Amino acid sequence: MAGLLIFGLAKSMELALVAIGFSFVFGISGIANFAYGAFYLLGGFLAYILLNSLGLPYWMSAIGSILMLFVIGALMYRFAVQRIRGAILSEVIVTMGLGIFITEMLRASGFIGHNRYLPAFIPGYVEIAGIGIENQRLMIILIGMLLFLILWAVTRYTRIGLAFRAMSQDELTALSIGLNNNYLALLSMGIGAVLAVIAALCIIPQGFLTVDGAYDVLIYALAVGVLGGLGSTTGIIIGAFIIGYAQTATATLFSSQWVMVVTFLAIVLVLFIKPSGIFGKQKELEEKV
Amino acid sequence: MDKNNKLIRKERIDRGIFVRSADIFALSSWQEMTYLLLPRAIPFALLLLLPLVLELSGNSYWAKVVVVFAILGMMAMSWDLLRMAGMFSLGQALFFGLGSYISAALNHYFHWPIYLTIPAGAIGGALLGTAFLMGTLKLRGIYFAMVTLAFPMLVIRVIQATNFLGGTEGVSATAFPNFWVAAYVSIAALIICFFSFRRMMSSDWGLVARAIGQDDIAVTASGINVFWRKVQVLFIASGAAAFAGTLMTHLLMYAGLSSFSLEYSILPVASVVIGGSGNFAGALLGSTILTFATEALRDLGPLRIALYSLLMVVFALAIREGIFPYIERRYRQFERKVDVI
Repeated sequence: MAGLLIFGLAKSMELALVAIGFSFVFGISGIANFAYGAFYLLGGFLAYILLNSLGLPYWMSAIGSILMLFVIGALMYRFAVQRIRGAILSEVIVTMGLGIFITEMLRASGFIGHNRYLPAFIPGYVEIAGIGIENQRLMIILIGMLLFLILWAVTRYTRIGLAFRAMSQDELTALSIGLNNNYLALLSMGIGAVLAVIAALCIIPQGFLTVDGAYDVLIYALAVGVLGGLGSTTGIIIGAFIIGYAQTATATLFSSQWVMVVTFLAIVLVLFIKPSGIFGKQKELEEKV
Repeated sequence: MDKNNKLIRKERIDRGIFVRSADIFALSSWQEMTYLLLPRAIPFALLLLLPLVLELSGNSYWAKVVVVFAILGMMAMSWDLLRMAGMFSLGQALFFGLGSYISAALNHYFHWPIYLTIPAGAIGGALLGTAFLMGTLKLRGIYFAMVTLAFPMLVIRVIQATNFLGGTEGVSATAFPNFWVAAYVSIAALIICFFSFRRMMSSDWGLVARAIGQDDIAVTASGINVFWRKVQVLFIASGAAAFAGTLMTHLLMYAGLSSFSLEYSILPVASVVIGGSGNFAGALLGSTILTFATEALRDLGPLRIALYSLLMVVFALAIREGIFPYIERRYRQFERKVDVI
């Protein structure tokens, strides 16, 4: 039972880490960044290259890949998304197309596969209440909590965070009081990419650097977002906890093959009862009129 | 004359023949009748003749490619139909896979004959697909795209994990009785889809559907139930895509997880983006280009999908109208440079 609690917590934090980057960009700039999975994979890939091909120490390669992905995310906004901002269909096509392009090019590069992995932050495991838990899982819980605390503080107590919140509430009004919406959206895309790398650095050490990982991340980010409500941090956390604990509970109490079924059913159910997600800000048709 | 001081603009003028043939007088001359008829008749004549010519001349591989084109073309048209009603689907593979699996399962486990499994797969796929996505129709904008993107991937994971319906190995199905049935059923379906979708979208019902895509608040304010209309459009579009899926199942004699793969979600989107959207002809042109690109680039393997996505991005960013509207405009109008006065 203690194992269920701790493993469920780690799983939930993992999902929250995965989902927050997607939801952050969507909440602030209204851009659904379907290249999110590609950013995740690219971040892991760059860290791997810096670590193994250039022989940098781990902390340097982690920071290096974070910085590079910030630049890549910002560039993608400036040279692709900004040109078609507001045309929803084109936004979807461009982010999705670039995401698949990056992912498939990485697949073709041959640097991805079951023999490629990233090291854990602190190898080994500790015993809590008689259950061995890898340090990496504990680090995920820690980093997740820290990250949410930082995001919460930044969006409430700094000027840039307040500007982000203004953008997310009403972009036109934010424009009219002198906020530069393109700069803020660019920044949010960059930060979204950084959050994807942080998730990659936390999660990839538990498995391998695989292409399926990129698509999995995108599915989980969407699933948690749909369940909890996109654009709402509370929603993301609640959604991640529901899916995380549901998955861990099914895996330990029944069998691991039902994990995806439970996730799937949860999403179908929520879509029927409350389509905008539990804490969703997405308005329903009737409310808008 | 100093070139810099001269301002030039482009002027577009309708061609005389286009203006003349716009009404009943078109019937007065062969030139005008061919002007009107040829661009409409040639593609369909080619489509009907190609499998015949290719199969009889021994190129049965390329004859099969024409059938694959018909299947992809139907997917692209169903995507375009959804887009017109404001639903941006990134998971056309969901409908495709549902149709594919339903027909294969009925065929394999219950031994239904092929002429029953195809309609059953199409209707069943449409019902299930609509049921899964009905909730999201209450929301607007990009939400539909997100949910449709996640759904087929989730279904793949569910089938992999539970070994339901053959798991990763898929379900086998019987083939079409012979090549001619396969070819002409798919081509007839494509042509019927094309003309009925066009007729549908220019009727009053289609006008409402297109209005929903442009401004759903205005439609709601006109006292029309937007949700219910969207359900109808979704049902028709997913039916067409599921029908394409059943055809593919019986063509390949197999339904597997690849029916839900991202490739089937991206190809229709790329077709419409490349070909141009709005009148279904662009969707068909785009899928022609992509089908033959697929065959030409077969050696590239998984890199193909990277190329499609890049092409799609280039079109979405730079050549936004697509190829077909450009060709159509050049056919009807000519351009000339005139001085700005």
